[in-house]
Amino acid sequence: MTPEISFMLIKVAIVLTGLLAVVPIMLFVERRGSALIQNRLGPNRMGPFGMFQAACDVLKFIFKEDSTPTHVNKFYYTIAPWLVVIPAFMTFAVIPFAGSLSMDGNHFNFQVANLDVGVLYCFAIASLGVYGIIMAGWASNNKYSLLGSLRSSAQMISYELTLGLSIVGLMMIFQSVRLGDIAAAQGETLFTVAGLNVPKWGIFIQPVGFLLFLISVFAETNRLPFDLPEGESELIAGYHLEYGSMKFALFMMGEFINMSVASALIATLFFGGWQLLPGLAWVVQQVANITQVDVLLVTVLFQGVSFVIKVAFFMWFFVWVRWTLPRFRFDQLMNLGWKVLFPLGLVNLFVTGILIYKGVL
Amino acid sequence: MSDSENKKFINDVPLDIARFGLPGQYNISVKQDSDDIFEDSKVFVNIGPTHPAMHGAFRCMAKLNGEIIEKSYCEFGYTHRGKEKLGENRTYHQYVVYTDRLNYCSSLINNVTYAMAVERMMGIEVPERAIWIRMMCAEIARVIDHLICVGINAVDLGAFSYFLYGYHQREKAYTLIEKLCGARLTTSYTRIGGLMADAPDGWEKEVKEWVKETEAVIEEMDQLLTENRIWLKRTKDVAIFNKEQCLKYSFTGPNARAAGIDIDLRRDQPCMFYDKIDFDIPVAQVGDVFDRYFVRMEEMKQSLKMITQCADRIKKGPVWADDKRTRIPDKDVVYNTMEGLIHHFKFFMTGFKVPPGEAYTSFEAANGELGFYIISKGDSSAHRMRIRSPSFWHYQGLDPMIQGEFIADLVAALGSINVIAGELDR
Repeated sequence: MTPEISFMLIKVAIVLTGLLAVVPIMLFVERRGSALIQNRLGPNRMGPFGMFQAACDVLKFIFKEDSTPTHVNKFYYTIAPWLVVIPAFMTFAVIPFAGSLSMDGNHFNFQVANLDVGVLYCFAIASLGVYGIIMAGWASNNKYSLLGSLRSSAQMISYELTLGLSIVGLMMIFQSVRLGDIAAAQGETLFTVAGLNVPKWGIFIQPVGFLLFLISVFAETNRLPFDLPEGESELIAGYHLEYGSMKFALFMMGEFINMSVASALIATLFFGGWQLLPGLAWVVQQVANITQVDVLLVTVLFQGVSFVIKVAFFMWFFVWVRWTLPRFRFDQLMNLGWKVLFPLGLVNLFVTGILIYKGVL
Repeated sequence: MSDSENKKFINDVPLDIARFGLPGQYNISVKQDSDDIFEDSKVFVNIGPTHPAMHGAFRCMAKLNGEIIEKSYCEFGYTHRGKEKLGENRTYHQYVVYTDRLNYCSSLINNVTYAMAVERMMGIEVPERAIWIRMMCAEIARVIDHLICVGINAVDLGAFSYFLYGYHQREKAYTLIEKLCGARLTTSYTRIGGLMADAPDGWEKEVKEWVKETEAVIEEMDQLLTENRIWLKRTKDVAIFNKEQCLKYSFTGPNARAAGIDIDLRRDQPCMFYDKIDFDIPVAQVGDVFDRYFVRMEEMKQSLKMITQCADRIKKGPVWADDKRTRIPDKDVVYNTMEGLIHHFKFFMTGFKVPPGEAYTSFEAANGELGFYIISKGDSSAHRMRIRSPSFWHYQGLDPMIQGEFIADLVAALGSINVIAGELDR
């Protein structure tokens, strides 16, 4: 096996296991985090700080009877959860989790696939997920499920427009849609204030774009305040009402992985991706000096760490928002999407174009 | 009609409507193919009786156009236990426990109101200390009830944390109630002519501490939700029930005050010592979900103020009226004297007799006017016992309230009028 192929396999393994590990971790964070916000303890009996509760939950899901209601369309009912989970995994392929590394004549790229279409691939695959939700709602043959999936399809398609529009400004500035290039370009210095270098992160050059993107990914991942497809109080559980055991767990997995992909995209597009966090460059030097390891290797390691920290912060942000805000109503959600966010996205694009033409950005 | 068509339709009505026995308000002519139900994009959804938004068991059959409720029919009766009929078969003393299960979120108020009703018929004057304790109980129960109402309303609209903030205080209040009577939810604390037991030493002080904590928590809840943009969007001008409609549907309590009707039986029909303490009655104007929420928030603050005033004025003294008919003999008398044992036996086996007559006694419960209408023919149990429970009237208003609103607003509306199944069905 050539080094390229073995390296590729290692990368795939890292991404897959990382994403799978996200699920129990997020289960833990969601439960204990919500407990922290709500002044209560949360599940704390299994293992230290209740960490093994997530493992128990997973085991419970696996060992529950996998029953199929009699009134469903069995084929679509069965494949729907997979159609939610698999695209969620696939999306992560183009996200770089560390910078590139050249050693012994070999060039290593810490990204499963460095596609030319880059971020467009992300959106293309992510929108496949909506098919799974529509199928689940339709195949369940239940009015609440159907309402949930109708809401979901309308919501996801509407917000995809804003989602795409909000990052066109970034593409124009960085002259690329490759996520690797965008992340690398954010290492430059935007301006210097009192001796501090402000990096050229997306949030500093596209603040409006960042807000639009943030709101849209909340809608895309069906999290509160936009969790209308599930709308617990009025639609009971929405599209996954008729699902149980592992099939339901797959939907939940899909949600968590979508969250992690969304967080990774926010980090990559607007927070410098794998660029070292402020202050880490000094740590890298010290570690390299002490351990006598090649400074490039240490840098790559800490780039990975920085990326994970950024992603983890936004994952926590998702949980934080969920347990703080109430839910929108469906028409208000659509109004927000079409009448506020979409025009704002267009204006943002226009202003960015003018600024680029004037040579400011 | 062939057999297969017979399965889908009964008398030209789709099976799921025919099965649930919808009354004749839907004049639907359905063609033979079941898909034609949807040709005008109308869907019938059966919300409840076991639906997470239906707190308790009610059913709302809604005809949806998209997400908008075009017509609806709200049904109840799933928790009917025949409480009013039971009043004719149980002695007045035994009936106290049944009042707990009316509005189970504020059972103390029901206890107090029932005791007042019977005492009035018997002409019993309750001693001062018992009255102060009863007033404190009523106001604590009101706070608990409102905490649950606004909390659940927020949960229905997605704000879960908000609910739990209030819930902690509710649990602490239940601990205080437990100190009074040993039970948390179904209290049965009052007796005809007194109380089950005196409040333990230092109880008033603990209540005052709880009041301080709760004031802080309510302030925090206020900051979290009251001016939240999403919350305002979800509740302002949603499910409006205006003054005229409120009068037409006999709304009372916070729901009526939210629409601008300035009624409160604590002020308008003073009983106990409500005329001796100082409190305001919050009144809103519009009558939407937000107003109902806001009136309840303000009432909680007023109730906390009243609890402090009561706790300051309470003095040592007896909690039983000095009346041989209703006084339950003390345990040492029962165990050590023959007369006491006989008295005890007669009290619990046959009960006491209430002079003939009839009376309607009402009090401002957490949800509105709670009334007991008792007709006595001189027996130890009532000849007729009727209960005017506020939720019964509020639930009738749900149908007109949600016409033309979104399905998500049905949930908000139902939560905001605080319909309690136990009180609605009795």
